[in-house]
Formats: sequence, C-alpha cells, structure tokens
Amino acid sequence: MRAIVTVLGKDAVGILAKVSTKCADYNANVLEVTLSVLQGMFAMTMLIDISKLNEDFAKLADSLDELGDSMGLKIHAMHEDIFNCMHHI
Amino acid sequence: MINTYDILETIRMIQDECLDIRTITMGISLLDCIDSDIDKACDKVYKKITEKAKNLVKVGEEIEKEYGIPIINKRISVTPIAIVSAACKCSPVPFAKAMDKAAKDVGVNLIGGYSALVQKGFSAGDIELIKSIPEALTCTERVCSSVNVGSTKTGINLDACKMMGGIIKECAEKTVDSACFGAAKLVVFCNAVEDNPFMAGAFHGVGEPDCMINVGVSGPGVVRAALKKYPDADISKIADVIKKISYKITRVGQLVGVTASERLGVPFGIVDLSLAPTPAVGDSVAHILEEIGLERCGTHGTTATLALLNDAVKKGGVMACSRIGGLSGAFIPVSEDAGMINAAKSGTLTIEKLEAMTAVCSVGLDMIVVPGDTEADTLAAIIADEAAIGMVNSKTTAVRVVPAIGKQVGEELDWGGLFGCGPVMPLKKESPSKFINRGGQIPAPLHSLKN
Repeated sequence: MRAIVTVLGKDAVGILAKVSTKCADYNANVLEVTLSVLQGMFAMTMLIDISKLNEDFAKLADSLDELGDSMGLKIHAMHEDIFNCMHHI
Repeated sequence: MINTYDILETIRMIQDECLDIRTITMGISLLDCIDSDIDKACDKVYKKITEKAKNLVKVGEEIEKEYGIPIINKRISVTPIAIVSAACKCSPVPFAKAMDKAAKDVGVNLIGGYSALVQKGFSAGDIELIKSIPEALTCTERVCSSVNVGSTKTGINLDACKMMGGIIKECAEKTVDSACFGAAKLVVFCNAVEDNPFMAGAFHGVGEPDCMINVGVSGPGVVRAALKKYPDADISKIADVIKKISYKITRVGQLVGVTASERLGVPFGIVDLSLAPTPAVGDSVAHILEEIGLERCGTHGTTATLALLNDAVKKGGVMACSRIGGLSGAFIPVSEDAGMINAAKSGTLTIEKLEAMTAVCSVGLDMIVVPGDTEADTLAAIIADEAAIGMVNSKTTAVRVVPAIGKQVGEELDWGGLFGCGPVMPLKKESPSKFINRGGQIPAPLHSLKN
C-alpha cells in the first residue's frame, strides 16, 4: 500500500527534513520525491510505502496535517488509489 | 509516480471546489423481521439494523481519512415499512420509533423507508402507514418517509395523490415549531427506484439483496470550476468538459463504494451519478447553469442547459463505475442550493419553471416552500402534475414541498445546515379540487404514437 504526501506553501528551511522525519517516525518508507521551488513557493509530492506503518494511516495523516499547520504549510496525505482511480482509465 | 498536475487537481477539487461523497447508504431488508406481534417485529427490526450497520459510520470515517475525501452522510434505507407492518394490523408508528432508535445508536443522521408503494392501489398496511406518517415524522428525529403514487406501467393513483396532499399539510402543521420540518422528511414519488441512496426518498426495494451498499456522489462546484476555464467554448465542448469531470467524480464514488463494501462485508450495489448541491458557497447546480451562460437560473434557457448538464453527467459517469442506479442526475432542491435560493428570491425561478426542469433532470419538485394556507387539494394537484411528467416520460419524479404554516410569499423558512433555507414561492389560487376529488386511477400511458 502506498500513499501520496503533498506539501504546498512558502519555502522555509527544513521542510523536506521535517516531513521525512515524521514519515520515519511512523515507519513509512519514502519511495519517490518530486520537489520544486518557484518564486518562493514550495511544492513537493512524495510517494511513501504505508504497508509497514507502526500506527494507523489516519494518525500519520493527522500528524502531517498538524506539522503543516505549525509550519504554515498545507500537507495532505492520501492513499494513492484515489489519484489512480481518478486519472487513469 | 502519478503526475504532479493530476495530484494537485484532485486536491484542489476536494479542498476548494467542494468535491465530496454525498452519502454512503446501507440498504437493509427487513422482510425477515415480519411478525404479527408488533413488539416482536420492532425488536427484530432494531436488532437487524444495529447488527448490520454497527460499523457503517466507523468504516465511513476510516475511508474518509485514508483517501482524504469527505463523506458527508452515512445513512440507512430499509424495506418499505408498509410491507413489514402489514401483518400487525395496527398503527405502524412503533416501527418508526424502532428505526429512529437504531439510527441514533449506530450514529447515522437519517434512516429512510417509512414508505408505502401504492401506485396501483392500497394493500393491507398501506393506508395505516400513510395515515401514520405525520405522527411518525413528529415523534422521531431521523426517520424519513416516502410514498410512490404512480408509475409508467400502472398509471397514477389519484386517491393516493389526494391523501398525500393532506398528509404533507398535516406533517407541516405538526412540526410548525421546527419550521415545518416534518414535511421536508417526506417525498411523494412516481416511478420510485429501489436502490436510491439519497434521502428523504431512500428505501430498500423488495428486489434487492438482504444488505448492500449504495453510494451517492456530488460535486457541482467541481463542474462549475471546470467550465470556468472555457468561457467561450461552444456548447458541444461544454458537454465534453462536463463528461470528463463527471467521470473523475464518479470514479471516486466507485472507489469509496467498493472499499466500504469490502470492509463491511456487504455487497456493493450502485453509484448514483448525481450532482447534489448544498447551500454552501461554490456547491450549487444553479451556478453551473449560470456559468454555461444564463444571467440567472430560472430564465429562458434553463431547461435546455439543465438537460445538457444532466445528460453529460450520466454519459461521463457511466464508464466510471461498474453499476449505476438510484436517481442518477442533477438534483434541483431549491432550499439546498445557494443559486436556486437567490433565483427563487428574485422571482426568476418559479414553480412552473421548476416543473419544466424536472422533466429533464433528476428528480422533481424538491425542497420547495409554499404558502402555509395552500389547500391540501392544491398540494395533491402538484403531486399529480409531477407524477404525470414522470409517468409519461418514464422517469422518476418526486414532490417534496413544505407548506410554511403561518407564512406567506415574501417570507422564508430556514432550517440551516444541509437543508438550507427557502423563500415561500407563490402558487396558483384557482382550485383543482373537483379534479382531485374524482379519485380513481389515471390510466398508464400509451407507449407508441409518441409525440
């Protein structure tokens, strides 16, 4: 099972580090990362493996959401199936 | 990995354009709860509902978190209670109470199926149930009721139309303290469908399996946002854009339905290809029609744009899911749609135009507030008119009107939340009583010589 984490907002020091540390805390392995910073706006999408999580996925999603709030960013963690179903026939 | 643009599009649809799953509805058959002893029957009904639906809300919330998509309602529909209660030979109100208690205990906000199917006449239990609707909807909080009074195959039961005119009025009168809300929980159908996941008209048909999951999707805001990108496109392109976006919306419904059915161990039924508005800003079907090019919903051109929207939603949705059912189409509940509320308040959207709109979309005259002094026979005639549109066009039509007791045109009823608020809309003053009181059955229409 895999999930997509998206991070959007104003660029700052340590975003990638903090998000990946949070994933590591929950035993989610980061598989792929795409990242761009355009005119000070930070946009990152991460593909993570959630099959060996040490907690419910919902807790990881909530925890990332809180992290986003504390850093002034929008962080969403969603199961990859929702993107696959919507955009692939 | 999935294209970043696609990922961001999905997130924008959910965060900014109000994409949601409107309802996961569990249909539960109560045929095995029939008992001539009403206490025993109600006990069985309560036990069956709470057993089957015990995890419905929990699973719904899990899926919501996992996929990041809001699931607004988790609901239950049951076998029409007139069938279950027939053997008891007494008022079926205790069934409504058992349903209400079960709904509260499993945490669903509405439960549908306090219903009777009388399109060709009344069988045992039907009249008792219809007469008990006002009391049932007053003494319960979450129970919804529906009555099917006509169909394309049978014609229209005019006696039932007359009865329902009176029942709607009584429901409003009994709940005058809560803004006549009783009438908002009652729908009168023609060609009612057996797998409808949407309230207040949901019931679990007798041809359905013992238990199943049906899903209703939504997303008027997403459609409008997609159309905004094509301000000068011709109308064929507009239809194409709607189809594509409808496909995406429906795919999410299919995913949620399949996942819920797996986790609950219940077969997956259908996706209702619907555009269901809410009073929230950016979640309006009327605003889609205005985006297509109407200055205000209700003006000339409304029927044509709605027909295009309704058809394109279905065409896009058909390929996106394994089975389609329910009411499938754009909903036009006046009080639940910010654009419709404005159009009705301004006088552009009238009941006559709404009636024309119901001929080309799902479902019917929905959540319309009418003057409190409207005669029961006038309500019956509104039902008969709407049923005639459904009967002749082989489609589902329905009437959910709320007489605003003590209020007149210019005032409004405000329920808040998903039910919204509706201005009192004017009706014709001339009486249809003689027609309604003739009673009997309007014969089924001819299906050749179409014109």
